[in-house]
Amino acid sequence: MDKKRIISIALLAVVIIVLAVFPVVIKQDSKINLVILLLLYMSIASSWNILGGYTGQTNLGHAAFFGMGSLTTRLLWISGIPFFLALLAGGVVAVALAMLIGIPAFKLRGVYFAIGTLALAQILNLTVANILPEMSYNPALSDYQLLPRYYLFLILAVVTIGAAYWLVNSRWGLGMMAVREGEDAAESLGISALKHKLLALSVSAFFAGLVGGAFAYYHVSYYLNMPFSPEWTFDPMMMAYIGGTGTIIGPIIGSIFFIGIKQLLVWNVGEYHLIIFGTLFILIVLFLPGGLVEAWKKIQNILPLRFRPVKSKPALNT
Amino acid sequence: MISPLGQNLAYGILVGALYGLVALGLSLVFGVTKFLNVAHGELLMFGGYASFWAFSLLGLDPFLSIPVTIVFLFLGGAILYKLIFSRTVKLPEESKIKNTLLVAFGLSIILQNLALRFWTADERGITTSYFGTAFTVFGVRLPVVRLANLAVAVFFLVAIQLFLRKTYTGKAIRATVQNWEAASLMGIDIHKVYLLSFALGAALAGVAGTLVTVNYSVMPSMGLNWTLKALIVMVLGGLGNIPGTLIGGLILGVTESATSFFIDSNYREVAGLVLFLLVLIFRPQGLFGAKEA
Repeated sequence: MDKKRIISIALLAVVIIVLAVFPVVIKQDSKINLVILLLLYMSIASSWNILGGYTGQTNLGHAAFFGMGSLTTRLLWISGIPFFLALLAGGVVAVALAMLIGIPAFKLRGVYFAIGTLALAQILNLTVANILPEMSYNPALSDYQLLPRYYLFLILAVVTIGAAYWLVNSRWGLGMMAVREGEDAAESLGISALKHKLLALSVSAFFAGLVGGAFAYYHVSYYLNMPFSPEWTFDPMMMAYIGGTGTIIGPIIGSIFFIGIKQLLVWNVGEYHLIIFGTLFILIVLFLPGGLVEAWKKIQNILPLRFRPVKSKPALNT
Repeated sequence: MISPLGQNLAYGILVGALYGLVALGLSLVFGVTKFLNVAHGELLMFGGYASFWAFSLLGLDPFLSIPVTIVFLFLGGAILYKLIFSRTVKLPEESKIKNTLLVAFGLSIILQNLALRFWTADERGITTSYFGTAFTVFGVRLPVVRLANLAVAVFFLVAIQLFLRKTYTGKAIRATVQNWEAASLMGIDIHKVYLLSFALGAALAGVAGTLVTVNYSVMPSMGLNWTLKALIVMVLGGLGNIPGTLIGGLILGVTESATSFFIDSNYREVAGLVLFLLVLIFRPQGLFGAKEA
């Protein structure tokens, strides 16, 4: 292992340890809730990124998977099934939905896929609101504890990001990126675009479903169609774009940025944060398609040579 | 004798005409520029507010405020084009559609929240003195306000068609649609064509907004719903097919009213979206569009 790799693993371990001891040290519920929100968005944005960023399929229906996971988990858990089984069921149902719609949806290319998935999520949103219009209450409110919820979200965030990292660095990940760069070219090299898109969609849906299940466990009372609402697609998508799509660190930076600025702005200027985010999002799509990750690289290149990070020497070929 | 089914069908047609008008601007913009402006519903909302304020502050009749809405939204559209959309003109078609979709989506968030700041989340409507007036033909009740949908929709459809067919500028726009590179080599200023089309599209969204406010109401969160309706209608009628939007609108209107009649009015919108998905999957060129080469 080279030095750089050891440093990044050590850094990662420190971050995870800090996050793990955080709620024990800082005992304020409001701050724990804030970090929960951050971990939640980090996981959804990372799961969106697998299909939207790495495979190039703009999925405007991610809320469908998040919502399906939360609906399944909530109903099973409230009916008395052990929570972890219910959570797993939520993920599995989200994958089943992904498989069900994936094959017809991937007949649609590019923009048709985007508006098709948007329509699908709206269908589910409206239908759930029609069939289950009542508010869902947490039956075990008296022994509600924040800490198990916090650790569930922490584990999910680590697992989601870890799985995304592992997937995109595998052979399948290379295929996914090949499909993004040019579907026809990838097909001509023997890479099945449909298989790679379906795999990316399923993994993306599975983690969105799990996070949805965690949301069902965390949220005390809400309308059951709420997790299907379009914000659950749009916010994570914006985070992924702001941070940088098609990178592991992008959605993480994007969600920290999103939550951080949101807090800052809510304190100072009220509810203007979405206007600022919308503007930032437009600027990034137009001028900085790689997001903040690309901005950082560009800044590094402007720096005088001696301030730039040292790159490892390329191996000699001879 | 009043036939509930006939009444329902008539309503479906009159509402469908409005849907056609809602999609007209989106379809024009997409057909000419290949911008997928998903902020169309928010532009429509601004048109609705323009008419609402003209009515409640100046007492201007909503149908008379349509020219005012057109001017406002035309200028607004021109500014948005100059500021934002003009920067995507040179991209290849596929990434142009995708990028404008994303950009317009960011824009829709901005516009929605601006409206929320300016005018609060309240739902507002316009109630005119002739609101309850209706004709009865063969036992079917036809309210004046809904009949106006059909009249306004047909008027603007014909006006746009005449503009595209009979004027020199219209000819330049059609040439750009066919092949923008060749058109620009012939001395057509592509940026002007795009600017004009986008601003016209915004103005048409404004007109539709006035009618939506008269028929229903206006509020900041209404945008996505109407954008979806416009997308459905545009896909039903064939992408960029201008006369197709009225037909697509009528199909959606009748589908919704049939769903209300036979199933449940809560599933109206679901039926429209399901129809949309089916058409996307099985006939992506639209019900009447020609297959692309």
